Amino acid sequence: MRIVLWALLLGAALPASAALNVFACTPEWGALAREIGGERATVYTATTAQQDPHRIEARPSLIARARSADLLVCTGAQLEIGWLPLVQSQSGNPKILPGQPGYFEAAAHVALLDKPARVDRAAGDVHPAGNPHIHLDPRNVAKIADALAQRMAKLDPAEAAHYSARATSFRERWREATVRWEREAGPLKGVPLVVYHRNFTYMIHWLGMREVGNLEPNPGLPPTTGHLSTLLANLRQVPAKAIVRTAYNDPRAAEWLAERAGIAAVVLPYTVGGTPAAKDLFALYDDTLARMLAAIR
Amino acid sequence: MYRNMCCAMALAVAWGAAPAAYAQEADLAKIRDEIRQLREAYERRIEALEMRLAAAEAQRGRAEERAAPSGAAAAPQRERSVGENAFNPAISLILQGAAARSSRDPADYQLTGFAPSGGEVAPARRSFSLGESELVVSANIDPYFRGQLIAALTPENEVEVEEAYFETLALGRGFRLKGGRFLSAVGYQNELHPHAWDFADAPLAYQAYFGGRLNDDGAQLKWVAPTDLFLELGAELGRGRSFPASERSRNAAGAWTVFVHVGGDLAASTAWRAGLSHVRASPRGRTFEDRDALGNPVSQSFSGTSRLWIADFVLKWAPGGNATQTNFKLQGEYFRRNESGSLTYDDSTQAAPQFGASFSGDYRSRQSGWYLQGVYQFMPRWRFGYRHDRLDSGRVNNGIVASGAGPAAADFPLLMTAHEPTRHTLMLDWGPTEFSRLRLQLASDKSRFGATDRQVLLQYIFSLGAHGAHRF
Repeated sequence: MRIVLWALLLGAALPASAALNVFACTPEWGALAREIGGERATVYTATTAQQDPHRIEARPSLIARARSADLLVCTGAQLEIGWLPLVQSQSGNPKILPGQPGYFEAAAHVALLDKPARVDRAAGDVHPAGNPHIHLDPRNVAKIADALAQRMAKLDPAEAAHYSARATSFRERWREATVRWEREAGPLKGVPLVVYHRNFTYMIHWLGMREVGNLEPNPGLPPTTGHLSTLLANLRQVPAKAIVRTAYNDPRAAEWLAERAGIAAVVLPYTVGGTPAAKDLFALYDDTLARMLAAIR
Repeated sequence: MYRNMCCAMALAVAWGAAPAAYAQEADLAKIRDEIRQLREAYERRIEALEMRLAAAEAQRGRAEERAAPSGAAAAPQRERSVGENAFNPAISLILQGAAARSSRDPADYQLTGFAPSGGEVAPARRSFSLGESELVVSANIDPYFRGQLIAALTPENEVEVEEAYFETLALGRGFRLKGGRFLSAVGYQNELHPHAWDFADAPLAYQAYFGGRLNDDGAQLKWVAPTDLFLELGAELGRGRSFPASERSRNAAGAWTVFVHVGGDLAASTAWRAGLSHVRASPRGRTFEDRDALGNPVSQSFSGTSRLWIADFVLKWAPGGNATQTNFKLQGEYFRRNESGSLTYDDSTQAAPQFGASFSGDYRSRQSGWYLQGVYQFMPRWRFGYRHDRLDSGRVNNGIVASGAGPAAADFPLLMTAHEPTRHTLMLDWGPTEFSRLRLQLASDKSRFGATDRQVLLQYIFSLGAHGAHRF
């Protein structure tokens, strides 16, 4: 009798079986996996837009979710180096180990910017493979979407047509949206920006904006008063239009500098869920552009 | 195949178009709809076929892509060295050291009321001292195994193997097997390496019951349940090379453990883990030195069974789950140990013995201990923490004393002194990056009976090279 009860309990605790259990490391890849997988994929997103993706811990809940995942959708390029290797090894799930089809690295499908010429921790928290914040260039997202659809089809061949149809639909809508965004972002061309961390580099590159300053003295190090003073002096020589930061960055440094330099401090969603409006990938770009355009007006 | 389908579609269109010419409006709409449905069905099938073709090509072409990284959609591959060193393991090094002062000499340190564990449990040496430098080498061995070595270069210029183990990669279904020498997964802090500790030294309970930590030679099997709630079960079988077991020469395991860990999230801001562990050891002739009532050295040894239970929990909080600015960690463990067997008291080898004989009797003890610590990061880089340690020497039944034939309670100052060692520890540390940490630690330590040791410690911890992720 007791065994039956235990079995029932265990059965109730087991997650509902879907075709593809997707574990997305960050919200943008969770949103993309939903676009491509539709109802065939159960997507769990490990982190939120309010969390710094560099500083996630291998929490027990992540290990539990990775245990039954068929597919990890992550950035790669060492963005998740501080926690993902532990989650992969501790979950006892060989399907999601590096090199397996169940481990999808988005950064492997696009060209990375900011490849450091010199890999040395004296330069701060450098990513040897290049800047991993790749999702704010829609051309990257399009490439990754195609690769992800292929990967899902490989893992769930019976439903290949489903993934392909959804990828086609996404590609169409994404292409139209990209054309619209590029048209709307016309006034942003050449606009000089100060960033908190180099996590908007791909957007700046895409829209032809210019990055003229960085609140972090070195990547990954918190802003210091000395560095902010130097930055302020530089901004008097080469003015910028706005200071941009994410929802998870500390607001104080950006506000301090914005006040003294007389420019706007803008919070950008950075990823899905970063602002109330950024509910999916399309809304993420819509809201990012709307906020940028409002800031330079 | 593709052509056939195009023909079929053309036919379908022609078939649909002919009757449409003299059909009613409603029929026309119906037929158009059918054609649309047909076309969509074929398009879907064609796409599916294309997808399968692409997948097959991708699979076949992967080797070629590797050889020619500039290849089409294959993504910009990173350049890799292809010489003999291409398969070099990941190497990292931890440098540690301290400057300390204490009101009592660390050389005469003891945990009164507890059998000495033989581990390195004394407070840091006075003045400047080098800590253990840890060298970590790890890599995947093949598709089935991963290996790791952690060697400690001690300040006494020796090399100690802290961990050297293989681990399976491909067992699946949540199972993992580890073999070699490794830190046991019992409790919470035991699996953490000293450089990841929040205080410079181990909790008193770890010092009393494990001699600092438990790292036996043996095998470990762990299983993670396929549930959304983290549930991990595990067991270890070991030789029993160190406390609470003792080195023996026999064809069987000298110690085993079982443990269960559960964990999860409370909203986005809080994560927790709790566990229950049991450690069983059967020491034979576990010997230590004490001094009798006259101050002469005597040898005592215990043979029997040691049963230890540990209940542990850890809770981590950060606003919105973003630990960058501020975060808080609360951690506590409760230990309870029962030992039963026989005790031997021997001063016959001494130059001027009190008894000059060896005595044996039953021995039973029931002892406990706990610690609770909280560490708060109040701004980026800065943390402070407080730890409270308490042990209870509990109940001890000593058959030698009870028989009244020889040594009395006063001849067993370590075992027969009822004592509740306590320690208060405060720490403040500064970690400019995750690779460096400087720490100031103050402690008031009442491990010795009737004496308070005030300790001040300044410590550094630096990590170089490919530093792996830290455990939760």
